[in-house]
Amino acid sequence: MDIKLLDAAPSNDERAAVDAVLGAPTSAWDGGARGTGDDSHVAFGGRAMREQRHRLVPALQALQARVGWISEGGLSYVCERLHVPPAEAWGVATFYALLATSPRPRRVVHVCDDVGCRSKGAKAVLSAMVGVSPAIAHEPSGDHVHLDADRAGWMHSPCLGLCDQAPAALVTEAGAVPTERLLGHVTPESARALLDGAAPGDDATAVTLLPQRGDPSLVLLKRVGVVDPTSLSAYRAAGGYEALTKAIAMGPEAVIREVTASKLVGRGGAAFPTGRKWEAVRTQRATPHYLVCNADESEPGTFKDRVLLTGDPFAIVESMTIAAYATGCTKGFVYLRAEYPLAATRLQHAIDAARTAGLLGADILGGGFSFDIEIRRGAGAYICGEETALFESIEGKRGEPRSKPPFPVEVGVFGKPTVVNNVETLANVLPIVLHGGDAFAKTGTAGSTGTRLFCLSGAVAKPGVYELPFGASLRSLLAAAGASPRLRAVLLGGAAGTFLRADEIDLPLSLEGARAANTTLGSGVVMAFDDEEDLVDIVLRVAAFFRDESCGQCVPCRVGTVRQEEALHRLARGKSRGGASTEIALLEEVGVAMRDASICGLGQTAYAAVESAVKRLGLFGGGAA
Amino acid sequence: MTTLVRIERPVRAPKAQVALTIDGQSVTADEGTTILAACRSLGIEIPTLCFLETLRPVNVCRLCVVEVEGARVLAPSCSRAIEAGMVVRTKSPRVVLARRLVLEFLASSVDLSTTPGMAELLAEYGCQPERFGPPAPQALAGERDAAIAGHHAPPDPAFAATVAQPVKVDNDLYVRDYAKCVLCYKCVEACGPDHQNTFAIAVAGRGFNARISTELAVPLPDSACVYCGNCIAVCPTGALMASAEFEMRAAGTWDESAQTTTDTICPYCGVGCTLSLHVQDNTIVKATSPLENGITLGNLCIKGRFGWQFVQGPRRGASGGDGRG
Ligand SMILES: Cc1cc2nc3c(=O)[nH]c(=O)nc-3n(C[C@H](O)[C@H](O)[C@H](O)COP(=O)(O)O)c2cc1C
Ligand code: SF4
Ligand code: SF4
Ligand code: SF4
Ligand code: FES
Ligand code: FES
Repeated sequence: MDIKLLDAAPSNDERAAVDAVLGAPTSAWDGGARGTGDDSHVAFGGRAMREQRHRLVPALQALQARVGWISEGGLSYVCERLHVPPAEAWGVATFYALLATSPRPRRVVHVCDDVGCRSKGAKAVLSAMVGVSPAIAHEPSGDHVHLDADRAGWMHSPCLGLCDQAPAALVTEAGAVPTERLLGHVTPESARALLDGAAPGDDATAVTLLPQRGDPSLVLLKRVGVVDPTSLSAYRAAGGYEALTKAIAMGPEAVIREVTASKLVGRGGAAFPTGRKWEAVRTQRATPHYLVCNADESEPGTFKDRVLLTGDPFAIVESMTIAAYATGCTKGFVYLRAEYPLAATRLQHAIDAARTAGLLGADILGGGFSFDIEIRRGAGAYICGEETALFESIEGKRGEPRSKPPFPVEVGVFGKPTVVNNVETLANVLPIVLHGGDAFAKTGTAGSTGTRLFCLSGAVAKPGVYELPFGASLRSLLAAAGASPRLRAVLLGGAAGTFLRADEIDLPLSLEGARAANTTLGSGVVMAFDDEEDLVDIVLRVAAFFRDESCGQCVPCRVGTVRQEEALHRLARGKSRGGASTEIALLEEVGVAMRDASICGLGQTAYAAVESAVKRLGLFGGGAA
Repeated sequence: MTTLVRIERPVRAPKAQVALTIDGQSVTADEGTTILAACRSLGIEIPTLCFLETLRPVNVCRLCVVEVEGARVLAPSCSRAIEAGMVVRTKSPRVVLARRLVLEFLASSVDLSTTPGMAELLAEYGCQPERFGPPAPQALAGERDAAIAGHHAPPDPAFAATVAQPVKVDNDLYVRDYAKCVLCYKCVEACGPDHQNTFAIAVAGRGFNARISTELAVPLPDSACVYCGNCIAVCPTGALMASAEFEMRAAGTWDESAQTTTDTICPYCGVGCTLSLHVQDNTIVKATSPLENGITLGNLCIKGRFGWQFVQGPRRGASGGDGRG
């Protein structure tokens, strides 16, 4: 394929940033100087070049981190290096919210205004920002503003996964040594100071809010906040890598047998039996097999995976190694959301330390199998948590979900059989291997085995991650977290979950209990709202979230999320067309069409929370209550 | 001594037959057949928008959805393969509601005035796209191209958002009227891996701001476009339109009922593509190639697609020349 490049050259900084990720060019065929190698006689291209496509997003991220945006010259250089047509690269760059395709200041403060932060002071922070500098992008205050590179800018952000320390902000600063910090408990003053150039301070996730710290009943969280997450020897002293040693002694089939016996199901939202998934990949003849750890955690209100990744990173590396051993994978990816810089640092450290110790790489623990892990950072797209969109993103494409079937166990990343599991799902593998599947299945209920992590935030005195056996009641969990006595509603399962009324909280927190109550545990979100909360405003934010995060591929979701948000705004502002009941009927039709006809889970659940707000909470003049 | 060995042609195993039920009728078809193809073999009509026989299915418009018994959600018939024992319903209330809403979503946000068959379809499904509110004023030129992923201005309760925007006229051969674009991906596939391998256009942006674009939204003459017009050939809405047709439509002189089509062979090169010349008032107004033509699959190059003006230029020899002008 001939590529027509843009008529612009990269700056020296841009060239260096891209070369740092891709290596220096080897000849004129991939962006080097003419006549440097054998390039006048040999053509380099074809398959070898096409197989470089998966490095597109890391290369674009390098430009973003170096100069704060993706300039014409930078884009053209990446296209030349990877032989990607510029139109395609543009399509990818414009898909991700954290890649800028127009000039942006080097420092940007991304202020969370999502459901968990709105009531916790985010609005005050935002009004303080408006006074100092105009917003980047289409914000309520107006149009695009191209700010000067040296004056910090700010943007709204969807949930940053720090709802337990709301309000949250992510500070990104481009440069030779780029800075990324996830900050909690932001105040109008600290936000203004950030715009004025103050140093951003420590990452809020360095300290974990863990209300149950030290509780002997903890399984998944037992090392978090107790064992040094940056020390392999501390991890081993606390029992780390016993499970891998045991797994290798057992053999892959026995590992899968135990996982199946444990009745472990996925914690990423779809609750699919993990043993079945592993068995399906193990028996696939196509090779190689890939393992993907889904650490995209972008469901509003969710932050449990962040706590595991920052607090016990070796456990994720070890459980991935066991999963790879059982399913015959030689390569693993962790797809980590962009907004978790500390998790990236800690996990990379754990991977490197494990490799040095012979716990990753060739012939692990003398068991004759090889496996390694690579971290891929997201770039600001909730949809990339959907497993097939995630594959597309790793492959260097727009994060557009694929049509299923075929399923990932047959055709996954790079078209190969792929195991994809959530971080928390993987964390459960260690106790299953150590104590056996049957022992694991004794905890919880008959239909939901083991423990579950819940993300408590909102109107609770002790926010944070809680670990409870399946089957505990929502009421007791809320009581333990010190929920407001004036509790009015709970958002269960995230933006893709449902609102419950304060009188509906007696359900047992199990898959079957949630199903019977016509709700879902989703990603473990339990966000409480009391009577001071403007629930209409919260529902409008949920609707805006789905509109912003729709990949735009299919009509029901691309347009349906817009029509849903518009109808809610009409209702909220008393400007309904043909009366509230007509609007509510319209919402229902829009919602049912999204649920029935959308390609993926985003569109299929975009109406869930809105429906429950109307029918259960009785907002907008709908339903009971 | 020479022995002659007879080489047998490998016998391809006949495809397995799959039996299923569609709208109460039993049908058997080859393994791998789509639900859509199985329906058509029974004479059951299913509307499609993003599907085309010559392109890899992207199944994004969701107009062709059907109900498969036991499935949680509806299935796109254009790409879902049949399975043994499948029970399919093509006109259940769920199907009809989803199709009506898809049509209303499109009709309320996109100009469908030049989409063939659309008016009939909207009527058949009883669509009332105006119930979402009056269409919002059109965007300024370049405004949608500059949208930032993950952000949007709060909705104005007085209007329904649309993709309305000025027509992009940046070359002499064809125009891009993205106010009419339903984002069916066909042009991107035709320009890219399925046919032309030029990759001049791709989908950019996200969500409702997703759009077909060149890199940095540069004008076509600055892009990789080679003006084969193969994107125009597959566009189902008229968003991509040859300038000749666009201008005649603007002047009110475009009249398909007065047009005849004559197939001939393109005079330019040895490939010899089949050309269909669309003639109105004894003047060629458009050149296409039949989709079902096994050689072209509907594709042409710039010469075949646009290079016919000489036929109706000043009469050969009339200017006393040598017949070349
Ligand atoms: C819109 C959308 C977003 C998702 N985001 C995540 C996510 O951030 N993390 C995750 O583990 N699963 C997410 N999922 C679910 C994954 O598609 C997939 O089911 C899961 O990673 C499988 O792992 P499990 O079986 O261990 O749960 C998401 C699904 C959808 C539809
Ligand atoms: S449902 Fe939404 S997010 Fe999923 S494929 Fe369709 S447009 Fe994309
Ligand atoms: S005219 Fe041909 S090259 Fe140009 S955009 Fe259309 S398909 Fe691509
Ligand atoms: S321009 Fe035409 S072919 Fe291309 S996506 Fe839009 S409607 Fe489809
Ligand atoms: S961090 Fe703000 S809502 Fe989650
Ligand atoms: S025709 Fe099947 S989804 Fe578009």
